[in-house]
Amino acid sequence: MKPTAFDYHAPATTAEAVSLLAQHGDGAKVLAGGQSLVPLLALRLTSFDHLIDLGGISELQGIDASNGSVRIGAMTTQAAIERSVEVASALPLLARATPFIGHFQIRNRGTIGGSLAHADPAAEYPAVALTLDAELEIVSPQGTRTVPASQFFTGLWSTELEEDNVLTAVKLPRWSGRCGFAIEEFARRHGDFAIAGATVAVELDGDDHVRRCHIGLLGLGATPERATEAEAALMNAHVDAVDAGEIGRLAMEPLESVPSDLHGSADYRRRVGAAVVERAWRTASKEARGAA
Amino acid sequence: MQREVEMTVNGTARRNTIEPRLTLADFLRERCGLTGTHLGCEHGVCGACTVLLDGEAVRSCLVFAVQADGREVTTIEGLSAPDGGLSQVQEAFRENHGLQCGFCTPGFVVSVTALLRDNPHPSDEQIRAGLSGNLCRCTGYQGIIAAVRAASDAEH
Repeated sequence: MKPTAFDYHAPATTAEAVSLLAQHGDGAKVLAGGQSLVPLLALRLTSFDHLIDLGGISELQGIDASNGSVRIGAMTTQAAIERSVEVASALPLLARATPFIGHFQIRNRGTIGGSLAHADPAAEYPAVALTLDAELEIVSPQGTRTVPASQFFTGLWSTELEEDNVLTAVKLPRWSGRCGFAIEEFARRHGDFAIAGATVAVELDGDDHVRRCHIGLLGLGATPERATEAEAALMNAHVDAVDAGEIGRLAMEPLESVPSDLHGSADYRRRVGAAVVERAWRTASKEARGAA
Repeated sequence: MQREVEMTVNGTARRNTIEPRLTLADFLRERCGLTGTHLGCEHGVCGACTVLLDGEAVRSCLVFAVQADGREVTTIEGLSAPDGGLSQVQEAFRENHGLQCGFCTPGFVVSVTALLRDNPHPSDEQIRAGLSGNLCRCTGYQGIIAAVRAASDAEH
């Protein structure tokens, strides 16, 4: 099908984009890479009178690594992240999650900001942002604010973004020390929405005790989630004393809104979820152990 | 709500006045008469409409033509050898039974052309990942994978 008619705006600055959004209210929508929005428009699941294309705003592009974190402009494509040497070394979890997104043709257009703002609960980047305690920079007519990932995702495809807000960048903290990272997911076909997935970031002390461990879950609720009970159970535990299967079960226990549809029942998703958490923990903790 | 756009398609400058909702795929087919770019699903799943936008393989049904303003587009028609003969990738598809009905073939050929340009010696796993964004309902893919392998070998 074809989208309904809309007017197209291509602002050159973030300020211009925000003022266009403020002017047109809920009749306007931000267009980032278009890999989720354009299908929704083509299927007429949604329609807008105005699309504000961020593609021409150069200040929204780029990857800046500093000592403690990496700041990635919202319009940086997934392909650019995939190719980035800085991301590979400073943010292994983000680097490893990227090839799971769609296909290479999708990643050539899709952006990190678009993925976060679209907030699909089965998407990889929202779960990674939550796992790494990322901070999201948002510009509105009132100015710039920073929202932690833990407060950004508010519901199914819903975020803290107001209709006149533009997500401009995401700042991801870099983990140092004896760390390991893993993403595991199961999808019917590579690149499709995952039935369930898990991300793990773990840091060990010199004696292989867990100093901190963050576990993200995707496809297992209305938003990406953190498996806080499982994380708590891992704190200070010696790697050898951890029952990985139990961690997977613990991660699923508190979940209350596991989706159930033709791709899989809630019960099935919980079983897949427990298995991917278990695998991701094993991979990440093994990597952390091998680290100097 | 009409807009003027100008882009280079297969080396030729194209200028047109269009509605913003016109996709790049429809622009190429209807305004440029380049019907080699096929439309299967029109929502980014099948990959039949894959073209090169500034050299990068993209689904032309998920790009509005206004977004390609000032940029360079290469379609399947622009991939043949300078003498009009088949490109190495096209030749390999023919030799290896990489197509039957041919509907998906333009998308595959464009994707594979980009894939081999960026990675001239892909592993089997990389070939499969690289083909995962294009659907074929006839071949069972084995002939297509053989074609990519053959094109990769022929190149070097």
